[in-house]
Order: sequence, then structure tokens, then C-alpha cells
Amino acid sequence: MNAPATLFDKLWAAHEIARRDDGEALLWVDRHYVHEGSFNAFSQLKARVARVAEPGLTFGVADHYVPTRGSRRHIDNPDIARMVRTLEDNTAEHGITLFGLEDPRQGIVHVVGPEQGLTLPGLLIVCGDSHTSTHGALGAYAFGIGASEVAHVLMTQTLWQRKPKRLRIALEGRLAPGVAAKDIALAIIARIGADGATGHAIEFAGSAVRALSMEGRLTLCNMSIEAGARSGVIAPDETTFDYVKGRPYAPNGPAWDAALAAWSALATDDGAQFDREVALTAADIAPIVTWGTSPQDALPIDGSVPDPAREPDAARAKYLCEALDYMGLMPGTKLATIAIDRIFIGSCTNARIEDLRAAAAVLSGRVSKVPGLVSPGSSAVKRQAEEEGLDRIFRDAGLEWGESGCSMCVGINGDVVPPRERCASTTNRNFRGRQGPLARTHLMSPAMVAAAAVTGRLSDVRPLLAGRKA
Amino acid sequence: MEKFTRLTARACPLDVANLNTDQLLPARFLKVPRAAGLGTALLRDLRFDAEGRERPDFPLNRPPWREARIIVGGRNFGCGSSREAAVYALYDYGIRCVIAPSFGDIFAGNAAQNGLLTAIVADDAAAALTRLLDETPDAPVTVDLEQQTIECRGETLRFSIDPVRRTRLLNGWDDVAMTESYMRDIAAFKTADLARRPWARPAEPR
Repeated sequence: MNAPATLFDKLWAAHEIARRDDGEALLWVDRHYVHEGSFNAFSQLKARVARVAEPGLTFGVADHYVPTRGSRRHIDNPDIARMVRTLEDNTAEHGITLFGLEDPRQGIVHVVGPEQGLTLPGLLIVCGDSHTSTHGALGAYAFGIGASEVAHVLMTQTLWQRKPKRLRIALEGRLAPGVAAKDIALAIIARIGADGATGHAIEFAGSAVRALSMEGRLTLCNMSIEAGARSGVIAPDETTFDYVKGRPYAPNGPAWDAALAAWSALATDDGAQFDREVALTAADIAPIVTWGTSPQDALPIDGSVPDPAREPDAARAKYLCEALDYMGLMPGTKLATIAIDRIFIGSCTNARIEDLRAAAAVLSGRVSKVPGLVSPGSSAVKRQAEEEGLDRIFRDAGLEWGESGCSMCVGINGDVVPPRERCASTTNRNFRGRQGPLARTHLMSPAMVAAAAVTGRLSDVRPLLAGRKA
Repeated sequence: MEKFTRLTARACPLDVANLNTDQLLPARFLKVPRAAGLGTALLRDLRFDAEGRERPDFPLNRPPWREARIIVGGRNFGCGSSREAAVYALYDYGIRCVIAPSFGDIFAGNAAQNGLLTAIVADDAAAALTRLLDETPDAPVTVDLEQQTIECRGETLRFSIDPVRRTRLLNGWDDVAMTESYMRDIAAFKTADLARRPWARPAEPR
């Protein structure tokens, strides 16, 4: 009988081709996703006159640079048009399936992978994007890699890795109404820090995690990297299997039964050892917003901006001063009084159908006091939202209903927050300049962004949900 | 990839925790091909103001540190986005070594693929080195990867680095060359895995 193993140990073992004496292991890659930003890796292939080893296991998605407002037929900016075209050329040259700009399956890569049934439990998945951790929500070992590693995967379908340490984050109990997966993620990062999980593979566990929908799990695993972990994983269960079944690329027929049998064993054994454990109580988590320039600068909405004068640690006080200066905030300001200039609902973190429903539940019959953009996570999410009438709710509230892409989360398609404007955003990074030079980002859940839209300031969504179906 | 064995150069302190890759290379420069060089875009929005003027108080703009080839950073240096171009920007600017208490995992991996040394030191060692450099900005710093030591003004401290990355940097190896000797293992794994996990391949789309 084998020693008790963690879910992560099992995933790792299933992909290890070879291990060297120095501990570095060669891992098999089941799925590889590429996007416009992967052009550096394709250039490396060209320089080596190399071919793609397994074109059937790599899938391309146009998401980082695609326009998300107005017509997509013509891209005015020639540099951006070139980025989209280069992905088309590179995938065509190497026989890689592309969900391009005109494809109905197009969307943000971390939304599209699960949606198309390409992301499955038990797989090892990589992509040249740090939010690849998202796919761990289905019980896959998924992590972001750099361009040289992307080139290596293209050429060999493998990757050299050193096994990370194992961290279990357990969340027991029930979430209060109005509290979402994003709040869990921000609560964890606030607790352990933006480098709290560096060098670790996270497993999210506990009754509150098991109670999350697939969308919520994807949000939670997505934010693993903001705590420093390259990957976050959740053991697959009925929620996962129900989500995967019948999706276009998912196994079917006898293969489905074989898959289900294998996936059902993907859980941490009783008595398995983690290198570190963190426990949180779900009921303690309130709706959270960020106030600073790191996702760890997160506080419950009833809190106040920190005061550097009350900070005993000099380095920390200096950091607070700089963050507050960048964010244009006075020390001690109550979070719920901070006026915003615009909102953004989108990104691989929070633009799935459930996210749009949560925002629409708050916005229905109400008007946004500020302008804003809603960019669905995929073209399929967009169609579903329109079938459900959610687009009308957003439009009637005065918001722009856009197309799918990375959009204003990273701002490289031209959709940016203007300098010194304050944006309530469902995205993942409140870094300086992330949403555009000098942009001020406050991260929060979709429902909390909707609440900020309705009131024109950072707000607790819970009173706005009274008497409504959230 | 260029080898890294030993380097003596000026070192610039950048005492900022969580200096993420969006700061090292703002996203709008990600379209720039590597061949064009990314050194001018390094830390663009911290080095220059909105009008494109240099911020004179930013450390890398101060005379003794303009030619720095070593950066002494804060905790979690290079966290955030996986963009390898953040490493290209450092390298193209002339930086060959970053010393910090910790690094973003993806950044550290990318650095080792491109000849950039990420040297890990304790928090207080980074603070002490920063103090030394604040006192004597033009003091040369010697980083020795063989010995895993950093020397400045007669003081020597040790740094750590993943041993695999160390070997790779010392020899200038890249992963692709290393993997070539494993092609038979890969082929054998693939055959066995197809039988073991037939469901792991994408189905014909429905």
C-alpha cells in the first residue's frame, strides 16, 4: 500500500517522465494554451528551425489584444492588429487549432479552456500567462510559464520543474450572503501576503470550498498567483463532473467512464502530509475591497484606509505612504466613502456567467452613477448573458456591454482607465499602472463592483441585495 | 545563453517590496520584439514621469547607479505577470544580477533561462547591503556564483539559489539542449500514458 498522498502529489506523479539526481523533473504536458503574447516563444522556435511536437495538444486563443468595445471587424491600431495576425500566422504554420477573433468559441483563455472541455481533472496544463492557475479549479495541475518555457513545451510537450512545497488552505463553514469567491481570495491574500504562498502549490479545501460553484472555484484558483503560488487546485467532485460532462472536447462514451473512475481518485488521502496548512472560517469573511497597490492591501468594506503615522515599522510606513500617494487617498479614510470614476466588470477572474448574474442582480432596475464597461469572459458567456437578458440590465444601467477579451484588466488592447481615475474592478491586480498609466484600481467581487456603480463610491453590497435574489 | 560566473559592478538599491513585472516592464511595451531591445522600457513609469522626463530621485537615474549592473531589490521581486520580457528589459538595460530576499517563482525561472542571476539573501542582509550602498553609492559589488558570495566594502555575505538554476547559469545551458537526451524517455512515457489515460487527449469536438 502506498503512503498517503496529497492530490498534488498524485497529479505530479502522473506526469513525471524522469527525475534527475538534482531533483529537477521532466513533466509531460497534457494541454498547452497560447495567445497573442506567445509570439516570443514562436520566435524562439523559428530561430532554432524547430517544429511543434504535439500540435493537437496546443490550442490558441486570441484574448490579450483583441478589441472589446465597438466593431471587431477592423483593428485601427496597426501594432495591435499585427499581434492578432501574428497569432493567426503562427498557429496556422504549426497546425495548432485557434479560437480566433471571429470564432464563436473565442474568449479569455482561462474561461475558454474549461468552457470547451479542454481543461479536465487530472491534466497538467500550462500557458504563458500567470493566471493559468485558474484551471486548477477542475482538479488539474495548472501553472503559468515564461516564453522560454512555452518554446520548450512547443518543441517537446514537456517541461523541467522542481516540485513545489504543498500548502493546504482550508475554509470551513458557510459564507454569509453577499460574500463571493473573490472575497475568499482577497481574504486569503490579505492574511498570508502577496508572497505568502511563494514556492508552494496550493490545495483549496474545506466545506466552504466544496460548496462553491465551478465559477467560484475558478475565481479562487485564478487568484492563487496573487498570493505567490504558481498553482491552486481543488479536488474534483460532482460539481466538477457535472460541469465537464458534454462539453465539446470532453471525453465521451467509454472514455467518459474511464475518466470518471480516474478522476474520482483525485483527492488528498487521509493522513497525507502538507508542508504547511492555513485555516480560515468562512463565516468571518465580509465583502472586501483593496485600497492600495498590491492585492494584499485588502480590507473589509467597513474598514478604513491605513494610517502610516500609526505604523510602527518604518519600511511598512514608507510603503503605506507611497501606496496612498499613488492611490490619491488620505490616511484613515473610511473605505465606504471613497468616490469612484468608473467601473469594470471583466477578466479571467470574474467574467463568467455567474459573475455577470451577480452584478446584474444588484444593477437590475438601477442606474450606474459612473460610466463603465462590462466585458464577458468569452463569446459564449456573452451569448448566454444576452439570452438571459443580462445585457439589457447593464445597458439600462448606463454601462457599456462589450466583447470578450482581457480588456481593461491589462489594458493592452487600448481599453484603459485614464490617468488618476479611480476604477472599481472585478480584475486581479491593483498594481500601479496595471489598468493604464496612473490608473487607480480597487479590486472586488462583481456584486461589489455593481454596488459601487449604483452608489458612485465603494460600498457594501449587502444592503443593496435586501429583498433581491442574489 | 551567456554564462554567469563572477561579476564586479555597481549595484543600485531598489528597496521596494512586491516590485512586480508590470512595473519592470509596463504592458504597453509587450508588443515590442526582443530584437528591438527593451532596455529603455525597463521600469519606465518609475524612471520617467508622464511627460517622459526622467525622475531625478529614482535610484537608477542617480549618477552613481546609472551604470549599475546589479540591483538590490525588496521582497517578492518580480511577482505578478509571467511576462518573460520583464527579464529581457532588465538584461537589455545591462542588469545581470538581482539580489533580493525573495523572488516571484515565474520570474526567477524566466531569469535562469536568460542568464540573469537571482541571488536570495536574508531580509537583514539585503537591508545591510542597501545601507552600505546608500553610504557609498559607487562602491563596487562582486557577486561570485561559484562561491555563492556577495562582497561589498570588505564585507562578504552568502546568497542562495536553486542548485539547478545555478548549474544552468554557470554553464550557460538551456533546457532544450538538456531535454534532447531524454527523447526516448518522452516517447516511452507517451505510449504508456496513452494506454493509462486515454481520456487525457482532447476528444473530437462535438
